Amino acid sequence: MANVSTTVAAGVAPASGGDRTRTLHRAIFIGLALMLAVAPFLVYPVFLMKVLCFALFACAFNLLLGFGGLMSFGHAAYFGMASYVSAHAAKVWGLTPELAILAGTAVAMVLGAVFGALAVRRKGIYFAMVTLALAQMVYFLSVQAPFTGGEDGIQAVPRGRLLGLISFADDRVLYYFVMAVFMGGLLLIYRVIHSPFGQVCKAIRENEPRAISLGYRPLHYKLAMFVLSAGLAGLAGATKAIVFQLASLTDVHWSMSGEPVLMTLIGGIGTVFGPIAGALVVVSMQNYLAHLGAWVTVVQGGIFILAVLIFREGIVGFIAGRLKQQL
Amino acid sequence: MFELIGITPQVLFGQLLLGLINGSFYAILSLGLAVIFGLLNIINFTHGAQYMLGAFAAWMLLNYAGIGYWWALLLAPLIVGALAIVAERLLISRLYKLDHLYGLLLTFGLALVIQGLFRNYYGASGLPYAIPPLLSGGHNLGFMFLPNYRGWVVVASLTVCLTTWYMIEKTRLGSYLRAATENPVLTEAFGINVPRLVTLTYAFGVALAAFAGVLAAPIYSVNPNMGADIIIVVFAVVVIGGMGSILGSIITGFGLGLIEGLTKVFYPEISATVIFIIMAIVLLIKPAGLFGRAT
Repeated sequence: MANVSTTVAAGVAPASGGDRTRTLHRAIFIGLALMLAVAPFLVYPVFLMKVLCFALFACAFNLLLGFGGLMSFGHAAYFGMASYVSAHAAKVWGLTPELAILAGTAVAMVLGAVFGALAVRRKGIYFAMVTLALAQMVYFLSVQAPFTGGEDGIQAVPRGRLLGLISFADDRVLYYFVMAVFMGGLLLIYRVIHSPFGQVCKAIRENEPRAISLGYRPLHYKLAMFVLSAGLAGLAGATKAIVFQLASLTDVHWSMSGEPVLMTLIGGIGTVFGPIAGALVVVSMQNYLAHLGAWVTVVQGGIFILAVLIFREGIVGFIAGRLKQQL
Repeated sequence: MFELIGITPQVLFGQLLLGLINGSFYAILSLGLAVIFGLLNIINFTHGAQYMLGAFAAWMLLNYAGIGYWWALLLAPLIVGALAIVAERLLISRLYKLDHLYGLLLTFGLALVIQGLFRNYYGASGLPYAIPPLLSGGHNLGFMFLPNYRGWVVVASLTVCLTTWYMIEKTRLGSYLRAATENPVLTEAFGINVPRLVTLTYAFGVALAAFAGVLAAPIYSVNPNMGADIIIVVFAVVVIGGMGSILGSIITGFGLGLIEGLTKVFYPEISATVIFIIMAIVLLIKPAGLFGRAT
């Protein structure tokens, strides 16, 4: 498989990661944190939390595609299953929100380990089809299993109190928690990409036979990347369940698997910050076009087509190309 | 014997027949996907939407133009195939030099657009399409009741599948196709117009999907979501069979339909997921698929 991110980010400087790049990234992280800290005073916090959850979801997907070269079309399985588990844990077991989210994330990682072990046996287009099919299996199981509440989903999930102390009833308090989760996830992804492990994953993506000849086991690395990505998608889904107090079949439906794909494509495949920009664009669009009903799907499909045909580098990829910097 | 396991022959054979019918659709659709993938190197995510378009074309021909089932069986694949030529020339042909995944993303977007448009205009509840008078009614075979239309679907699908196999494996045009699949550059050097072959192949694969859509219209109601539901199962079928062999696609499609039917009789709880479970097992034992070549 020729790989996606190199064809996309063709204009980007080589992965040397010099001092200037590092300083720039640090500045972006600080700027992002400051912007997010001020944002709830300017914009409706629930909207921002939705953007952050989906941004983390898209970053998780992009970790696998952009840095592992694996295109998963079934990330809704981890997002949705974690959402169900965390909603169930908070509502039925009465766990505090942070424990409920951890439970959801853990289940997503286990699911990711099982599905990943199957999926990494195939490459490229087959990998995408396998992950999609496995996710559809999770969807059918969610329709049948009693604990998911079928068509109703799990409603009225309590937001609870962080560590049993701080109430999340106030949107703004909850917002800062979601922001911390998001920034934590993003920093983890950044750290992984720039770790020796991340370098090996990139090497495997670029030239698998050569990586094998150097003594690496590609399947192990791909699986580890898959589990990490599934876990982060789960973290996003579990947090979303607490924020919206709802887990439903929408979260595990195949169309949910398309969301991070579109966000990543718009933002820039293989860029660190692209999926965040993509999530902001897509969630805003869904919000403003909500009154159009089913037309949103048509618009989204149209954007997919246009992005693939004329804007493959994505928003952040385009900026990165102009600045000749990795972003 | 049937009383022993607590299942009447009517139920067993009825479900087997339904399985065979689902299997016919799996076979035709996965066959189309395989032919398209072989030459274009893209997975046609729009395939499900094009199957739905076939059913809708039949419904529209009947309700807007008064053209009945038999003409629809011929016209709907031609109409949808013509639309496919437009889509291939305008959109898909721009992606051949890029990674396969972009083809998947583009056709996914196209599927969203088509399905969204039809949901807007026709709702999600589904429209009825009557069985043609010639094929209404049925026969009592003694061990089961065979509705004529269902028998026809199985026969028609098998005929189409085997004709396709014959065309690709035994005719001159098919040999061009196989040559272009193997090595497009060399084939073009021998004076064969490969880009046109690519366009026609895409149209042919899509026309197959539309044909399946017309066959499905009287059995399932004509519904904008009918394609999205079936295409993911067909992907699993393709992973199980591997896309290397035409005959393999046909056998896998019918076989999995039958297994699904049997599951509905003996263990209905997993009937929706059995194909995905088989896919997981095949991936463990023979990752390249039953008829696939290891890559």
